[in-house]
Amino acid sequence: MLLRQTADILPSEITPPEIYRERRRFMQGLGVLAAGAALGAAPDAGAGVKLAGVRAGAYTLDEDKTPYKDVTTYNNFYEFGTGKGDPAKNAGSLKTRPWTVAIEGEVGNPGMYDIDTLLKLAPLEERVYRMRCVEGWSMVIPWVGFPLSELIRRAAPTGNAKYVEFVTLNDPKQMPGQRSRVLDWPYVEGLRLDEAMHPLTLLAVGLYGEVLPNQNGAPIRLVVPWKYGFKSAKSIVKIRFVEKPPLTAWMHAAPREYGFYSNVNPEVDHPRWSQAKERRIGEFRKRDTLMFNGYGAQVAQLYRGMDLKKFF
Amino acid sequence: MGAALRNPKFWIFGICLLPLARLVFLGGSDGLGANPIEFITRSTGIWTLVGLLLTLSVTPLRRLSGRADLIRYRRMLGLFTFFYAGLHFVTYIWLDQFFDPAAIARDIVKRPFITVGFTAFVLLIPLAMTSTHAMMRRLGRRWQLLHRLVYLIALLGVIHYLWLVKKDLTEPLIYGTVLIVLLAMRLPWCVTLLQTARNRFAPARFPIGKALARGAGRRN
Repeated sequence: MLLRQTADILPSEITPPEIYRERRRFMQGLGVLAAGAALGAAPDAGAGVKLAGVRAGAYTLDEDKTPYKDVTTYNNFYEFGTGKGDPAKNAGSLKTRPWTVAIEGEVGNPGMYDIDTLLKLAPLEERVYRMRCVEGWSMVIPWVGFPLSELIRRAAPTGNAKYVEFVTLNDPKQMPGQRSRVLDWPYVEGLRLDEAMHPLTLLAVGLYGEVLPNQNGAPIRLVVPWKYGFKSAKSIVKIRFVEKPPLTAWMHAAPREYGFYSNVNPEVDHPRWSQAKERRIGEFRKRDTLMFNGYGAQVAQLYRGMDLKKFF
Repeated sequence: MGAALRNPKFWIFGICLLPLARLVFLGGSDGLGANPIEFITRSTGIWTLVGLLLTLSVTPLRRLSGRADLIRYRRMLGLFTFFYAGLHFVTYIWLDQFFDPAAIARDIVKRPFITVGFTAFVLLIPLAMTSTHAMMRRLGRRWQLLHRLVYLIALLGVIHYLWLVKKDLTEPLIYGTVLIVLLAMRLPWCVTLLQTARNRFAPARFPIGKALARGAGRRN
């Protein structure tokens, strides 16, 4: 197992501060360009601000982190367009304040959380996770957040709560990609309650020790490192506790290609391409994809006795 | 030198090299993004499709304009299409698969879009090999039959693109639509339509058009 306990790595140690500052200058320059391109849509002020009081998390990796520039300029977020560079180009129009997250459904404590309350809900910690996209590329990303279980405990799910549904903001004015019908908006994702309660499952609010950039799912997103990236819903406005498995956006779009579980699995191919290998961004040769993205020791027991070809 | 500059072939040759020059420039200035291999694969694939569509538009353009001499540039466009298809193929074999024959064989069988793209590339080879004047003379009528393969190749190219995208079909459908229009322009009734259009709008501009227009006029 590649995970190991470390108590002493600070976010600032991941990247030397001078490189940080250089990046910040680069990103500011990029922001100005993006603003010009979007005719006055200013980049969100929050992105790039250092998060205070972030402690080193229990989970880190012995693998090189993907550079900040790559993490923030190459990703999928169809709400801002289907190209990998579109989120970075178009996410300036997203307003992350004010922002609330509704807790609904089979819970004892339903309600609305203001984002600034959520940020103080539990101590923020840094976690370095692998991220494997269903398209066959991967990254290593130092997220900042807290376990989703912290929020779920406070919500107090009832005995009927078997699944958790995550809903992304639906506002074509802020999310220009939603003007296209490429997916059925809003974006919906879901987890089984025990998956949602798993200590690896993170609600992320930051990246590289800083406030999450809009294009990466600001102000708050899910990170489920043993599943393909699309399971980790971004810019969440609603978390619903339900009895039946939610119909996720990708299951609705292509039921034959995307299942509810979507665990990273090199032995179960996508109907149109192999999942045996992946290209780690920044590396030349492909590497083998690991079962459960390398988190088997932690999560395999969740799926004991299940046929993973059937429950893909 | 002056004569060369006046030859349109010189300019077309230069323009056809621009997509490659762009890749070389971006590669040298760290401009290929986070996933350079994907960028190169995509770019060479797109320019292959563009090349195919440009090659296929020569004949309809000729009919529309009445300029028979346009045919002189078709071979160069076709060969550049083959050139970019070759770069696309080499990118896949080398940068994507690292000459691993077992992995490539698995891929060709496993992934239908690879199968289709590979077939299209293999079919392009005989067309490139028989593109010389000598081969045209040697094959005679069979040359044209052989080169009708390009219709199938273009269809396979569009299917290759359609099948590889995750969800957003917009771009492959644009290429598909242009291809269907270009193929439809070869149907007999469409050829007649193009001729009528030319007679109506540009009867006096080109001598050949005028001659044909007179011929068409007599038929009516």
